[in-house]
Amino acid sequence: MALIKNGTLAADIWHRYDDDTPLQADIPALVSLERWQAEREDILASTADIGVVLRADQHPDAITGDLPRLQVVALEFPAFTDGRAYSYARLLRERLGFEGEIRAIGNVLRDQYLFMQRTGFDAFEVKDGVTTRAFLAAIEEVDLYYQASADTAQTIWQRRHTTEDASAAAA
Amino acid sequence: MYRYDEFDARFVKQRVEQYRGQVARRLSGEMTEDEFKPLRLQNGLYLQLHAYMLRVAIPYGTLNAVQMRKLAHIARTYDRGYGHFTTRQNIQYNWPKLEDSADILDALAEVEMHAIQTSGNCIRNTTADAYAGAAADEIEDPRVWCEIIRQWSTLHPEFAFLPRKFKIAVTGAAQDRAAIRVHDIGLAIKRNEAGEIGFEVLVGGGQGRTPMIAKKIRDFLPKDYLLSYLEAILRVYNMLGRRDNKYKARIKILVHETGTEELTRMIEEEWEALRRVTSIDIPPEEVKRIEAYFAPPAFETLADTNVAFEAKRFEDKAFAQWVRHNVKPHRVPGYVSVDISLKPVGGIPGDATDAQMDLIADLTDCYALESEIRVTHQQNLVLPHVKQSDLYALWQALAAAELATPNSGLISDIIACPGLDYCGLANARSIPVSQAISNRFADLEQQAHIGPLELKISGCINACGHHHVGHIGILGVDRKGEEHYQLTLGGRPDNEAAIGKITGPGFSADGIVDAVETVVRTYLNIRLSEAEPFIDCLSRVGADPFKERLYGEKAA
Ligand code: SF4
Repeated sequence: MALIKNGTLAADIWHRYDDDTPLQADIPALVSLERWQAEREDILASTADIGVVLRADQHPDAITGDLPRLQVVALEFPAFTDGRAYSYARLLRERLGFEGEIRAIGNVLRDQYLFMQRTGFDAFEVKDGVTTRAFLAAIEEVDLYYQASADTAQTIWQRRHTTEDASAAAA
Repeated sequence: MYRYDEFDARFVKQRVEQYRGQVARRLSGEMTEDEFKPLRLQNGLYLQLHAYMLRVAIPYGTLNAVQMRKLAHIARTYDRGYGHFTTRQNIQYNWPKLEDSADILDALAEVEMHAIQTSGNCIRNTTADAYAGAAADEIEDPRVWCEIIRQWSTLHPEFAFLPRKFKIAVTGAAQDRAAIRVHDIGLAIKRNEAGEIGFEVLVGGGQGRTPMIAKKIRDFLPKDYLLSYLEAILRVYNMLGRRDNKYKARIKILVHETGTEELTRMIEEEWEALRRVTSIDIPPEEVKRIEAYFAPPAFETLADTNVAFEAKRFEDKAFAQWVRHNVKPHRVPGYVSVDISLKPVGGIPGDATDAQMDLIADLTDCYALESEIRVTHQQNLVLPHVKQSDLYALWQALAAAELATPNSGLISDIIACPGLDYCGLANARSIPVSQAISNRFADLEQQAHIGPLELKISGCINACGHHHVGHIGILGVDRKGEEHYQLTLGGRPDNEAAIGKITGPGFSADGIVDAVETVVRTYLNIRLSEAEPFIDCLSRVGADPFKERLYGEKAA
């Protein structure tokens, strides 16, 4: 697995623990929702860097109150055809105001990067061998969007009228 | 009609290039068929029984002569000289090659068309009343909001991988001609007591294995909030719709399992939250920009009736017959809408050759305001704005090309899905059954005598041929390896939408044609008068008299 973070290939400092392995203080830990809920205080005591992994059937409502303590929320795509996490990512960004990392894990493929990025993901666990260039090429293939989403890109609807304003102002 | 600006044009170009890259990666083996499949599907390319099939979007069924000519060109160049207009107001090509598919999309982009989201588990092409902007009973032209929905739903990042496909239909008229009650979302434009325009919102209609009539979840939604409301519905569905069983994945099942009241509550709650935090709704200046494209064409001031037209109608019986069935009233005096039948006797419903498409484009340039054409969900075409005084010349030209069968709304105006002749999912053939029925009732006088009757045929339970909402419905099933046909009665897609009920045991391919004839004869015997259409007669007497004649006394 390689990690693309904020558009570039990055080293992954996070370790995804299974539910039985003891946490190590100096290793940033990704834990399951079940483990987080069962051992919250212990986890908070044992390491500073914590992220929670949500399966596709686990709604972010389950961690609303914990978000200030989490650096990462990893959302799983069990198959690329399962699009629930797109909605979860938008809820995390737009409704719950989460500013940490939202990581796409599981079946994360080239042709979904753009949808993921637009819904609020900023980190992507991708196949080994994916380069920064390949990633950027994939998300830049289409750079015009009609509808608003969790990203800050100007929509076509806005640009149409900004352009008009600009030319009107110039006239 | 809507025209692309530089943004729309660039967007579609980018999309074609992206797809070209995907095809290249598939052909080189870099991508597996499993990975490629959803991508080609989102660009309209299916793999059928014998070949690929490309489905091209005709947004809400509206196109112009230039686009029609391009569709003819594609049929000629990349296919076998014909195309198939569908119940989704789209066109399908049955024989394109994978290697050509990006070039076809390029050709479409030249005339502001594409095949985006005509397939796959995403928001599909929005459909609308084919007589929008022309119908006398219209409150407001639904195409403005259809276009807004088209733009909003195009590559919507959150809703590209829904549990299942998602279809929205919109009507702006009192009489529902868009079958909104059998769509995932049905929208009916209405005016409230304060005189404001908004939408009645229905959710969870659909056909297929578990046919359901949509439930009303909101009586009046001010139109400015349409997109945030749709986004709320789609978000709830995306998160909660079933993904464990594709036959239970449509929103109708979610409505059914959650309950209309509870689901409405969830949608309303999501909508309230959405409106607080984000600005999903389209900016008002953008609504105005899009609205301007749908301003009424430059109608002339004409008399209500045209003398020369009336004279021709009196002289020429065949013309009069065509006018009676295929010409529809218009909101503007002196104008009419014209149904171009793609249902010649014994023909394949919805098929048009490249030459026919070219001819229709030429006639549209001559006789139809703004060169506009519509595709109906009955698989016919409509010229929405034609002068009465031009009708005779138009009719003669159409008739010469076998495009003037006077059967609009009659028994041979059959909807039929491609069935086992093309479709990989089919249990039985639809087209030959449709042809046999059309031939059996070939006598047009007789058809007129029978009166309005909607007959619809599907080759399997997926119900692409809308059999559930046919006054007479035919469903192809597989019985021990044999093609077999069930008969349903009493379905309808309109304001009083209903799902047809199975009459009893099914029939063989020949038997089903006889069965339809039996049903029709029975109706003719028991109707009160010619003024009582089949569907009214059926609701008056019930199905029993028909069953008796089909199966004998005991069955009923
Ligand atoms: S109804 Fe069945 S046979 Fe007919 S087109 Fe649809 S899937 Fe194919």
